[in-house]
Amino acid sequence: MIVTPFNVILFGVVALLGVGFYGLLITRNLIKVVMVLQILIKGVVLALVLAGTVGGNPGLGQSTAATVIVADTIVAVVGLALAVQVRRRFGTLDVPKISTLRG
Amino acid sequence: MESMQSYGLDAFWEAVLLLGAVFCAYRAIVAKRILSATIYLACISALTSAIIYLLGAAQVAVMELSVGAGLVTVLLVYALSVVGDDAMDPASVIPKPLAFALVGLTAILLGSMAYPAIPAYFERGSMTLAISLWQSRVLDVWIQIVLIFSGVMGVLGLLSEKTPGRTQEIHQ
Repeated sequence: MIVTPFNVILFGVVALLGVGFYGLLITRNLIKVVMVLQILIKGVVLALVLAGTVGGNPGLGQSTAATVIVADTIVAVVGLALAVQVRRRFGTLDVPKISTLRG
Repeated sequence: MESMQSYGLDAFWEAVLLLGAVFCAYRAIVAKRILSATIYLACISALTSAIIYLLGAAQVAVMELSVGAGLVTVLLVYALSVVGDDAMDPASVIPKPLAFALVGLTAILLGSMAYPAIPAYFERGSMTLAISLWQSRVLDVWIQIVLIFSGVMGVLGLLSEKTPGRTQEIHQ
C-alpha cells in the first residue's frame, strides 16, 4: 500500500464522515444536530477538493466545494433560526419531545 | 528523490491536521455543553481549511476559514445565547454500541469503495477555479446568490423577536 497525501486525506474524509454519522445517530439537541451537519459537510468539502485534484480537474472540484460551503452556511443559518423558533414555541430543543406525531 | 521527500512531508502534515480535525469532531459530539462543542467546531473548520490550502485550493480554504470558523461560530454562539439554559445535550435514544457498529460498517464500506479510485500519481489539470466558476458553472453562481438571499431571510428569522398580540391588534 503506497502512502500518498491523497490516501491520507481519503482516510481523514472517511473518519470525519464516520464521526459525523455517529453524531447524527446519538444527538438529540436541535442546535447540536446543526453542528453535526457542519462536521459532515466539512468532510464532503474536503472530499470534493480531493476528487478535483486527483481527477485532474481542480477547478471543478473547488468551484463545487465553494457552492457547498455557501449552501452549508445557509443550512446552518436556517437551521439555527428554526431551532430558536422551536425553543420559543415548545420550550425545549429535545427532538423526541418536540415531535407532535402520535401512534 | 526530493519530490518523494516533499510527498512524505506533505502526507505527514496532512495526517497531523486530519487527526486533529477528527479528534475535535469527536470531542464536539461527546461534549455535554454545546458552547464547548461550538469551539471544537471552529477548530475543525480551521484545521480543514489548512488541509484544503495544502491541497492547493487557497480560495476555498479562505472561504472555509472565514465562513466556517467565523460566521457560523458567531451565529451558533448567538443562538446559544438566545436559547439560554436549554443548551445541554440530553442522552442518546439509540444505544451507543449499535450506533458505533453501524458507523464502523459504513466507514469500512465507504473506504473500500473510494480507496481504489485514488491513483498513486496524477497529472494536474489546467482549468483554474476562476475559469471553472465563471465560465463552466455560472448556474452555480446564480444559485449561490439565491442561497445568500435565503440566508439573509434566515438571519432575520433568527434575530426577530416575538411580538405577541400583533395579530390580535390587526383583527381588532
